[in-house]
Amino acid sequence: MPQISMTVNGRAVSGEVEGRTLLSTFLRDHLSLTGTHVGCDTGQCGACVVHVDGVAVKSCNMLAAEASGSSVGTIEGQAAADGTLNALQQAFQDHHGLQCGFCTPGMVMSAAALLKDNPRPSEAEVRAHLEGNLCRCTGYHNIVKAVLAASGQDVSGIAAE
Amino acid sequence: MPKDSGIGASSKRREDVRFLTGAGNYTDDINIHGQAYVHFLRSDVAHGRIVSIDTAAASAMPGVVRIFTGADFEGVGGLPCGWQVTDRHGQPMAEPGHPVLAQGKVRHVGDPIAAVVADTAEQARDAAEAIGVEIEELPAVVDMKAALAGDAARVHDDLPSNLCYDWGFVEENKAAVDAAFDTAAHVTTLELVNNRLVANPMEPRVAIGDYARATGESTLYTTSQNPHVIRLLMGAFVLGIPEHKLRVVAPDVGGGFGSKIFHYAEEAFCTFAAKAINRPVKWTSSRSEAFMSDAHGRDHVTRIELALDADNNFTAIRTETLANMGAYLSTFAPSVPTWLHGTLMAGNYKTPLIYVNVKAVFTNTVPVDAYRGAGRPEATFQLERVIDKAARELGVDPIALRRQNFVTEFPYQTPVAVVYDTGDYNATMDKLEEIADIAGFAARRAASEAKGKLRGLGVNCYIEACGIAPSNLVGQLGARAGLYDAATVRVNATGSISVMVGAHSHGQGHETAFPQVVAEMLGIDESMIEIVHGDSSKIPFGMGTYGSRSLAVCGSAMVRATEKIINKAKKIAAHLMEASEADIELKGGQFTVAGTDKSVAWGDVTLAAYVPHNYPLEDIEPGLEETAFYDPSNFTYPAGAYACEVEVDPETGKVTVERFSAADDFGNIVNPMIVSGQVHGGLGQGIGQALLENCAYDPETGQLLSASYMDYAMPRADDVPFYAVDHSCATPCTHNPLGVKGCGEAGAIGSPPAVVNAVIDALQSGGKTVAHIDMPVSPSRVWAAMNG
Repeated sequence: MPQISMTVNGRAVSGEVEGRTLLSTFLRDHLSLTGTHVGCDTGQCGACVVHVDGVAVKSCNMLAAEASGSSVGTIEGQAAADGTLNALQQAFQDHHGLQCGFCTPGMVMSAAALLKDNPRPSEAEVRAHLEGNLCRCTGYHNIVKAVLAASGQDVSGIAAE
Repeated sequence: MPKDSGIGASSKRREDVRFLTGAGNYTDDINIHGQAYVHFLRSDVAHGRIVSIDTAAASAMPGVVRIFTGADFEGVGGLPCGWQVTDRHGQPMAEPGHPVLAQGKVRHVGDPIAAVVADTAEQARDAAEAIGVEIEELPAVVDMKAALAGDAARVHDDLPSNLCYDWGFVEENKAAVDAAFDTAAHVTTLELVNNRLVANPMEPRVAIGDYARATGESTLYTTSQNPHVIRLLMGAFVLGIPEHKLRVVAPDVGGGFGSKIFHYAEEAFCTFAAKAINRPVKWTSSRSEAFMSDAHGRDHVTRIELALDADNNFTAIRTETLANMGAYLSTFAPSVPTWLHGTLMAGNYKTPLIYVNVKAVFTNTVPVDAYRGAGRPEATFQLERVIDKAARELGVDPIALRRQNFVTEFPYQTPVAVVYDTGDYNATMDKLEEIADIAGFAARRAASEAKGKLRGLGVNCYIEACGIAPSNLVGQLGARAGLYDAATVRVNATGSISVMVGAHSHGQGHETAFPQVVAEMLGIDESMIEIVHGDSSKIPFGMGTYGSRSLAVCGSAMVRATEKIINKAKKIAAHLMEASEADIELKGGQFTVAGTDKSVAWGDVTLAAYVPHNYPLEDIEPGLEETAFYDPSNFTYPAGAYACEVEVDPETGKVTVERFSAADDFGNIVNPMIVSGQVHGGLGQGIGQALLENCAYDPETGQLLSASYMDYAMPRADDVPFYAVDHSCATPCTHNPLGVKGCGEAGAIGSPPAVVNAVIDALQSGGKTVAHIDMPVSPSRVWAAMNG
């Protein structure tokens, strides 16, 4: 079985995996980083989005072996060491951008990638970017609002409650 | 000023922190030392006789622990149905068996045939592929009308036909209803389909069975909305495990929407197999498995007729519905097209005569059961569509026609059994007209037309029966369970509180909202109160979360238990201050003696309860813990008015939702932020049903055509707009202590007719005489309707 090694949330890790082992499986089952979720088997739902060398990737669509040598970021690495939420995470809480929480790690990781490339996206750009992340709870209203707020834009005009 | 804590405050959700940091504890995140994994071999044909199952080669594969087939479950009960419907003739419904693993026949694509338990999930999957199954394929029954034909193949050989029941409601009114149609000035008729949907919570189902030989206790970890219901059904009816030897844990659950109410075969299998092999057994559904094993929703075919007099007053409603049950009766399936559907056919209107006929039909498809709204969306859709059609036929304003027929006096006894306790439908319609800026629609339509698009406005009302449900009533209607709920309030020595509740939160925010209620009652900080849910070994026997019932029923139990706490705490405070109990007041977390400056703090009283050194032990027990069960005396009746504006591209038939507005009356509100979020989510699902989603079967073969997100169109962020929602029109529920009605399903119930009404309005504005398009109103259907 292939021996792989990578950096995950700044920590060097290694493991022995089958060739067919997905990155999502490696993170969840080998590293116990269960914040990365798997919600489908066709690469559609986006609950498994992580960052690989700074790029948002659906970790169920990448073999663990492919990520060997890379730097991987997951939802567990987003908050500060003392537990303080980062600005995007805080915006999701402030604007009720999550309900059951299952899609949330992928949403946050995907939105973070958007804001890195496009620090002040329009509503349409946020919606288009999140097309690969399904949420069944929120009707997307408060997710889009949270991402816009996290980018520093005034969301007070968007129907609140 | 908005409140910043207690009832009415938009307290931020405390559960968010763990979900936002990857620290949630969903069932698939649980791994038990030594666990084995199960993979189910599922039928790839819709209907067939099992000739043979050869597991020899598979059993010899690496890591295989044991392979189970239907034969292993011959001594085990089948999955029970929790509701017995009685038909028009007084006969009980047909109730076929539902084995854990198929016995003799397979009846839908996805029916489990065998289960491979192995050391790893991959080994189990690999070995399942090596099982040889010979199936003699039988004709598949898919279409409901065809299923009822005399020569149709039978899904269940031991039943005389594919009819589950033929239900009439109210049967005694049928002749009067028919007579009203004979004398009507106008009759509007509409035939429509309420499309089959898949609930699709983002977390697929998971089950882990564990057995402790030392104690003889079984534990099931499962993705459930109601752990106690699962414990009762599985323990008493399937596996024969008494409650005290069975624990069911539903930890963080990633959405349910009804599909995680029901007791499923995989839960029983994992619990059974864990004992059989003396190892924990884990199953994690793939999404494609979810499509063919989670109970589906809706799937009605309906003909509705609305009779009006010469003044446009509604005089009668008559409906005929075929309701798909699928291949087996899921846990609450029979109640959905009957008691959750027929009883809502009055809607918001004072129609005096109503008759509802429902034929429930077995087909070779996945079982159909409650999905967000459950019966009420089906009632609302047909009623609000036929009213819109009538308005168009009569040339009257659809809002005015509704207003003219509104129920305006409460309580209101409908002709379909239920009694609306309170409401104000003109107020929600007024509010809707304001927030939807209906006055500005003409200008927006002109702007759309200037860019070559058609614009339509669709409006509708809805009412639902929530706060499910009065046990005495549902017992008479065939429920095999009570529908109360329970809460235990445990005040700890230092004054913090654990509240153990029967309701289960899988996105609804109970961990935040429930403490707001207790904090308000006691005058202490919300952060001192913690909600415990989801573990049958920790919580009292409650019935879980569905039917927008959590706050109305379990919240009421929590209020009652907290009232008991206050009463006892006042006794203790009276003793500590050497005052009369009748003079004790509790305010802001302080107990005071009326008319004096004497006071003791909340913490002084709680400490005294647990350190009873100076304590009237002869009069009061130590400790401060109370339980209450609450059984509602009526349903609650949330209601509202919704408006949708769409743009239709006449070149492609593509429909875009430009605006959506919802004015709801939920009674009193505990956390406005959470309530709005619930409405948003319901709207997303309702717009999904109206425009995108469809669970499709091949009508000949019974193959499931939409078994992944490649084929089943889920609503995405760019399919929906920002919504305008309002719940300021509040007529508090008259019969529960919080005056709350429930808000979880409204959006999904109220939104599909608004969308379709808007599309029809858009097409009519373009000169097309299109009366109806079935959901999902896809570009191809719209284009076909326009180019007919």
